[in-house]
Amino acid sequence: MQESQGQHMQPLQMQAQAQSPDQQISSSATGAATYPSAPGTGTDKMSTAASQQDAAGSSGPGPVPIPAPDVAESYEQQHVHSVYESIAPHFSATRHKPWPVVASFLSSLAPGSVGLDVGCGNGKYLAVNPAIHILGSDRSAQLVRIARDHGGERRADVAVADGLALPFRNGRADFAVCIAVLHHLSTKERRVGGVRALLDAVRDDGGKILVFVWALEQRSSRRGWDEGSDQDQLVPWVMKTNKTKPKPKSEVEGQGEGDGDGDTTYQRYYHLYKKGELEEDVVAAGGRVLDSGYDRDNWWVVGSRGEQASITS
Amino acid sequence: MKILSLNFLTCAVKACKSSSDSYPLHPKDAELVQDEIEVNAQLLVNLLPRLDWTALSTTATELGFPALPPQPPSAEDLQADDKTLRDLHNLLMETQIMEGKLVCGNCGHEYAVREGIANFLLPSHLV
Repeated sequence: MQESQGQHMQPLQMQAQAQSPDQQISSSATGAATYPSAPGTGTDKMSTAASQQDAAGSSGPGPVPIPAPDVAESYEQQHVHSVYESIAPHFSATRHKPWPVVASFLSSLAPGSVGLDVGCGNGKYLAVNPAIHILGSDRSAQLVRIARDHGGERRADVAVADGLALPFRNGRADFAVCIAVLHHLSTKERRVGGVRALLDAVRDDGGKILVFVWALEQRSSRRGWDEGSDQDQLVPWVMKTNKTKPKPKSEVEGQGEGDGDGDTTYQRYYHLYKKGELEEDVVAAGGRVLDSGYDRDNWWVVGSRGEQASITS
Repeated sequence: MKILSLNFLTCAVKACKSSSDSYPLHPKDAELVQDEIEVNAQLLVNLLPRLDWTALSTTATELGFPALPPQPPSAEDLQADDKTLRDLHNLLMETQIMEGKLVCGNCGHEYAVREGIANFLLPSHLV
């Protein structure tokens, strides 16, 4: 255990490791909560989102137009939240190995540190460092349930929460990590808001955030996107029925599309970050970039509250 | 949901965060369980300065624990007094809210806790 929590962050070691691009897609989403059954709200917006999609012919994989600000939430409900609720066990089964940069960050924290894992997914980071206390949260109740049991006997502390409406006291956390989550937010404003929520949560005297997002520049990956590709994409998740039983189609509101073999394909929305874009968003959110880098198809930033950072409460 | 975590949680409604009434959240109809967890003295000593002691006292009383002393123990107190250490360990680390609700004292919204998991998603009229 290294105790390097103060101002100094030790350089993070990159380790080249074979990992398919698909395994880089991780964790679940934030996004404003809209109860699908909430009376008298959102119906018109939902249909607007649907027609916008149809017009663009974009319900299949590939580039998609950015949703209008007023339908961004319902769009993410359909193309992020519903998908993770449906694929949670299958998704979790493919994600065991902590990414080295994240594990190194968590291991560098002082014993007794308290912090957040926003969009904790299946909770694979919650038990990396037993000398710290992490509250995991995720928008997907299914993934949160899996995360609770991740630590084995040492039950992990997790909650269902929205990354843009976090139930945490401002300025109290020593750290906040948000791994492969913000790329599921469909507008710039919401992505910056996601960073701001992390910055609000951490202490202004040395609290740190670590953010990972999927990179546009991933020429050598299976997807093959690179500089100049469309940044907003629907990316298919194929669930083999012989491995995990999918939910009936009716429960996922038409998201799943079965093929001849009984496999089910879900389309998840991603915003692919350009080089420098994550740093820009951290600064736009009032933060300061302490360190940043590229690790196997992802951009990452370690940041803190900036001089200008205002506590929103 | 550990009592330690409750010391860092508040209402998810934006307007409530600036109100002192929103913190701490108040347990209601809480069913508690005790997990047996090995005492880690160093961890507790390091946690002390991170706790909001007043809020912890409120939570402890509301859950039916004996009243906490008005001032938090010092690191020396904890290292010297095994009972204080064990009591704090029991309250913060071993006690879990498994079922019940967490209520915001400002807006009155009740967040359900089921199987140890609190749900902080807001209905659309509170977003």
